[in-house]
Amino acid sequence: MSIAAKANALWEYANPRKFLATSERVLPFFWVASIACIVVGLVWGFFFTPDDYKQGSTVKIIYLHVPTALMAINCWLMMLVTSLVWLVRRHHVSALAARAAAPIGIVMTLIALVTGAIWGQPMWGTWWEWDPRLTSFLILFLFYLGYVALWEAIEDPDTAADLTSVLCLVGSVFALLSRYAVNFWNQGLHQGASVMRAGAITGTDTEEKVSNVFFYPLMICIIGFVLLFIALVLYRTGTEIRARRIKALLARERVGG
Amino acid sequence: MIPDLGKYSDTVLSSYVASIVLLVALIVFSVLRGRKVRAEMEKVEQRMMRNG
Amino acid sequence: MIALLLRDLKLAFRAGGGFGLGLAFFLIVTVMVPFAVGPQSSLLSTIAPGVLWLGALLACLLSLDRLLALDWEDGSLDLLATAPLPLEAAVSIKALAHWLTTGLPLVLAAPFLGVLLNLPVPGFFWLVMSLLIGTPAMSVIGTFGAALTVGLKRGGLLLSLLVLPLYVPTLIFGAEVARRGATGMETQTPLLMLAGITAATIALLPFASAAVLRINLR
Repeated sequence: MSIAAKANALWEYANPRKFLATSERVLPFFWVASIACIVVGLVWGFFFTPDDYKQGSTVKIIYLHVPTALMAINCWLMMLVTSLVWLVRRHHVSALAARAAAPIGIVMTLIALVTGAIWGQPMWGTWWEWDPRLTSFLILFLFYLGYVALWEAIEDPDTAADLTSVLCLVGSVFALLSRYAVNFWNQGLHQGASVMRAGAITGTDTEEKVSNVFFYPLMICIIGFVLLFIALVLYRTGTEIRARRIKALLARERVGG
Repeated sequence: MIPDLGKYSDTVLSSYVASIVLLVALIVFSVLRGRKVRAEMEKVEQRMMRNG
Repeated sequence: MIALLLRDLKLAFRAGGGFGLGLAFFLIVTVMVPFAVGPQSSLLSTIAPGVLWLGALLACLLSLDRLLALDWEDGSLDLLATAPLPLEAAVSIKALAHWLTTGLPLVLAAPFLGVLLNLPVPGFFWLVMSLLIGTPAMSVIGTFGAALTVGLKRGGLLLSLLVLPLYVPTLIFGAEVARRGATGMETQTPLLMLAGITAATIALLPFASAAVLRINLR
C-alpha cells in the first residue's frame, strides 16, 4: 500500500472513531438537557398558561406544533448541508449523518401534520384544509419518504450516499419551488381565506397579543426540541457508523477467510 | 391535576398523546437499534481479534 | 446525436411499449373517471382540466422505468458513458426521445379525451398549450428519476415515489393554466411560471441526471 493510500485510509478510519468518542462524551449532556427542556416547557405550557381568549385551550398545542414544524424544516436543511459536505469532501460521517437524520425528519413532519390536523378540527371545522402551509408540509413528508426509500433500496453504501445526496440537492430546489407553487395555487382558488389562518398557525398573532405568557414556555420547548434533535442525530449517526463498520469487517473476513 | 381545558380537552389531550407517543417511539427505536448494532459490532470485532 | 435520437425513436416504435401503452393508459384513466364521480356533465366539465393533466402525468410516469432500463441491461449505457458525446447531451437526447414518443402523443390525444369529459370550449386551446409546455419538463424530470433508480432490480415503484413530488410544481401550474383557460380567466401568470419551470429543468437537470448516471455506472 502506498503512503498516500495509507494516509487516506487512516483519515477515513480515524474520523469516525473520533466522532464516536466525542459524541459518546457529549451525548449524556444532550439527552438530559433536551428531555429536561421539553418536560419543563411542556409542563409549563400545559399546566401554567392561561387559555387564549379566541382559541381557548387549543392554544396549548402550539408547544408541540411549532417546535416540531421548525425541526422538520431544519432537519432537511441539515441533510442538505451534510449532503453537500459529502459530495465535496467525501466525509463518510457526513453522509451517514444525513441518513441518520431523515427518519427524525419524518417523525417531526408527522407530528407537525397530526397536531395541525387535530388543532384545525375545532378551529377551522375540518381536519384537513388545503392551506399552503399544510400542503407544503405534506409535500415535504413525501420528499422524506422518497429519500429514505432510496437509501434503503441501494446496496452499495457509497453509491447510496452519492445518489441520496444528489436527490437531496435536487429535492431541495423542487421543495422550494413547490412551496411557491402551492402558495400561488391556493390563492388562485379562494382569495384571502388563508391570510387570517396563517397567523393562527405560526403563533404570530398570539405572540403579539399576550406575548410573554405563551412565549417563554414556547421558547423552552423549541430549545428542547433542537437539543433532542442533536442528541438523536449524534446517537443515530453513531449507530450508522457501527453498522457500516460491521459491514466492512464482515467483508474483510470473507476476503481474508 | 389536569387543568380545566374546557370544551377543547379532547383536542388538546389527543394531540399531546399522539405527539408524545410518536416521539417516544422514535427514541425507543433509535436506542434499540443502536444497542443491537453496538452489540453486534463488538461480537464481530472480538471474533476478528481471535482469528487474527 | 441525431443518430442516437433516431435509434431511440426506432427502438421505441419497434418495441411498441412506451408509445402505445402510455396513450392507452391515458385513455383508460379518462374513461374511468366518469364511472367514479358520476355522469353529471357540469361536474365533469369542472374537473376535466385537472383530470386530463393528472392522466397525462401518470401516463408519462408509467413509461419512465423503460427509459433507461433497456440500455442499462444490454450495456449500451456503458458505451454511451465512454463515447465522445458528453453524457449530459446523451441524457438530454434520451429525454427528448421520451418526450417525442410519450409526451407529444399525449398532448395530441388530450383534446379528444377532453370531449369525453365535457371540457368547455375555450379550455381546449389552453389544455393543449399547457400540456405542450409542461410535458417536456415531465420527461426531463423523469429522466433524472430513471437515472437515480437505473441500477435497482425493482426500481419501478421507488421511481414513482421519487418522481411524483418533483412533478408537483409542474402539475400545479399546468393544471392551473388549463383550469383558468376553461373558465375564461387570465392565464398569463401560471403559463409563464410553467414555461419557466420547463426551461429551467431542461437547462439544469440533465447535469444532475448525468452525474447520477456516472455514479450508477461506476
